[in-house]
Amino acid sequence: MLNIKNLHVKLEEEDKQILKGVDLEVPAGSVHAIMGPNGSGKSTLSYVLSGRDGYEVTEGEATLEGADLLEMEPEERAAAGLFLAFQYPVEIPGVGNMTFLRTALNAQRKTRGEEEMSAADFLKLIRDKAKGLKIEADMLKRPVNVGFSGGEKKRNEILQMAMLEPKMCILDETDSGLDVDAMRLVADGVNALRDEGRAFLVITHYQRLLDHIRPDVVHIMADGRMVKTGGPELALEVENNGYADILAEAV
Amino acid sequence: MALPQAKIDATEARLAALAMPDGAQWARRVREAALERFRKMGLPGPRDEYWRFTRPDTLNAAQTPEAALFDADEPPAFSGLDRLRLVFRDGVFDAEASDPLELEGVEIMRLADATSQDIHWAKDLYGVLEERAQDPVARPFAALNTAFATDGVVLRVTGKPSKPLHFRYLHEETDSDAILHFLVKVEEGAEVTILENGPAAARFNKCFEIDVADRAAFHHIRTQGRDHERRAVTHLFARLGEESAFKSFTLTANGRLTRNEAFIELTGDNAQAHIAGAAMGDGDFHHDDTVFVVHDAVNCESRQVFKKVLKNGAVGAFQGKILVKPGAQKTDGYQISQSLLLDGDAQFLAKPELEIYADDVACSHGSTSGAIDEEALFYLRSRGVPESEAKDLLVLAFLAEAIAEIEDEAIAADIRDRLEGWLLRHRS
Ligand SMILES: Nc1ncnc2c1ncn2[C@@H]1O[C@H](COP(=O)(O)OP(=O)(O)OP(=O)(O)O)[C@@H](O)[C@H]1O
Ligand SMILES: [Mg+2]
Repeated sequence: MLNIKNLHVKLEEEDKQILKGVDLEVPAGSVHAIMGPNGSGKSTLSYVLSGRDGYEVTEGEATLEGADLLEMEPEERAAAGLFLAFQYPVEIPGVGNMTFLRTALNAQRKTRGEEEMSAADFLKLIRDKAKGLKIEADMLKRPVNVGFSGGEKKRNEILQMAMLEPKMCILDETDSGLDVDAMRLVADGVNALRDEGRAFLVITHYQRLLDHIRPDVVHIMADGRMVKTGGPELALEVENNGYADILAEAV
Repeated sequence: MALPQAKIDATEARLAALAMPDGAQWARRVREAALERFRKMGLPGPRDEYWRFTRPDTLNAAQTPEAALFDADEPPAFSGLDRLRLVFRDGVFDAEASDPLELEGVEIMRLADATSQDIHWAKDLYGVLEERAQDPVARPFAALNTAFATDGVVLRVTGKPSKPLHFRYLHEETDSDAILHFLVKVEEGAEVTILENGPAAARFNKCFEIDVADRAAFHHIRTQGRDHERRAVTHLFARLGEESAFKSFTLTANGRLTRNEAFIELTGDNAQAHIAGAAMGDGDFHHDDTVFVVHDAVNCESRQVFKKVLKNGAVGAFQGKILVKPGAQKTDGYQISQSLLLDGDAQFLAKPELEIYADDVACSHGSTSGAIDEEALFYLRSRGVPESEAKDLLVLAFLAEAIAEIEDEAIAADIRDRLEGWLLRHRS
């Protein structure tokens, strides 16, 4: 599904290399997790994949089902099936949550040459998905993320994911800021979407989320590259011992 | 203080091109007095503080600057509403094209008919609010209007008319110069909605004097024509009685020069005045909102909400003042003026002011100028919304607070459609 080879990225504004040769392969149907110290480049990787401005790819490639991601506009990547649940979801005053999601959904459908969803069908679908995530109807009417609590913002990201049904879902610290119950809701939301044609890349600092969303593979990222890859036990090792041993080993 | 000779010359040159309409003795006196006021002030010049942001040259010129006609490719505003239509062509009332001037709850009369009667209620309003508003800041084009207005309508609202009155201004001559004056007297407990749309003329000078009695309400929505080359200077003068309401919204899209002034006096306790505007400019566009709200009673509320979307050299200006007079306790005054600059060429000039002589008041004002929020834009795009569509969404979001001032949902929807249309046509 997602294929990253030797990806090097520097900041456009300053001469600062952030990703220093990332290699990653996430096959369809799998869940991969990325853990790693603060500042190791996890969010940068997710932003570069989704097409945010401000970065320059100096080497390497990234493809989604064989298509060159780096050549596409952010909206094309979304239509191609890429989704990023932001570490810090953005507040957009004046744009209603519903309007936003409906515009997004129909824009993606249009790009893919599919028919737009009717207002009635959309309403039914969003009510249904929101209920599963315990998102109040009132929150759907409010402007995107404005005045939402940290946990509400994260749940709203998962609602968007559930509505847009992307193929490749990247979750950047969706668990941070969530209470125990909300974490379970989010995990349930993710697990409900798991299937053969879809893949997940879950960025997290904590083992807890991975208890609920069982990863197939865990990567450790440090200083702009993957330094270790293993099974779910790797996450436990990090939880118990921190990164020191792994990093020492990697050098 | 004597005026500089250049100003006197310009003023006299302008006057030489105008003829004062005839009327009853009282009307002639009012017009003469206004002319005298105007001569004392003279036309505005670049040195006048109140015209710091806007060059009045083309409004001053004795000869009307030409403005090409414009074929709008969308139905005129308010077309879908049940309303009483009054049509003006280049500043001249067109009775044929208008509905009969009959509507229950309101007396409607052409200005010339009212001002030719020896006894008419218009005598107590014509030029009265305009003159009150000349202090502390001179508004020469309003005095000029009172003296030389050639047409207009006077309304006395005694009930709650079943539909709005709609002034539709057509621009059909490239060199037309229109001076229109309207009086609206809303009697105690009465309520009216006035709609205005269209460019009116190559150059348009318009005054509204609005007297809102106790517990009465005045609603006003206007869209100023999309003709790119038109110029306009307009004044809204309003005096509000106890527990009365004044709500005004203006959409300005295009136009080479627009100066919209408002002077609103809250003179009765518990009155409410809301004035809002959305202005869209691309290229050779200069839009100036100059608002003066006077709180002279207890527990009144005023809101000024002005938003401008500017690109490609367009200029927006805002001068807004809240004056709270001694004794006007419990005043709630709010003022916001913001511009969204879609590129590096556009410009926004703002002078928000508070002047407060009472101690128990809550007044706030804010003015900002900024570009599209890149973070929000990326967020929208990352969800699949194409860039141009995402930008339009953010522009509409920026304008939302001003549009929210329109109470009638059907009218708000019409305005929103127009804004979307404008954005679509002006995508770059
Ligand atoms: N726009 C920027 N300007 C300057 N430095 C940046 C910018 N973006 C990222 N960085 C730097 O790049 C490095 C990687 O940041 P990134 O946000 O990707 O880390 P992370 O692994 O997601 O960290 P965390 O676990 O704290 O979320 C950090 O040192 C960060 O300060
Ligand atoms: Mg991060």
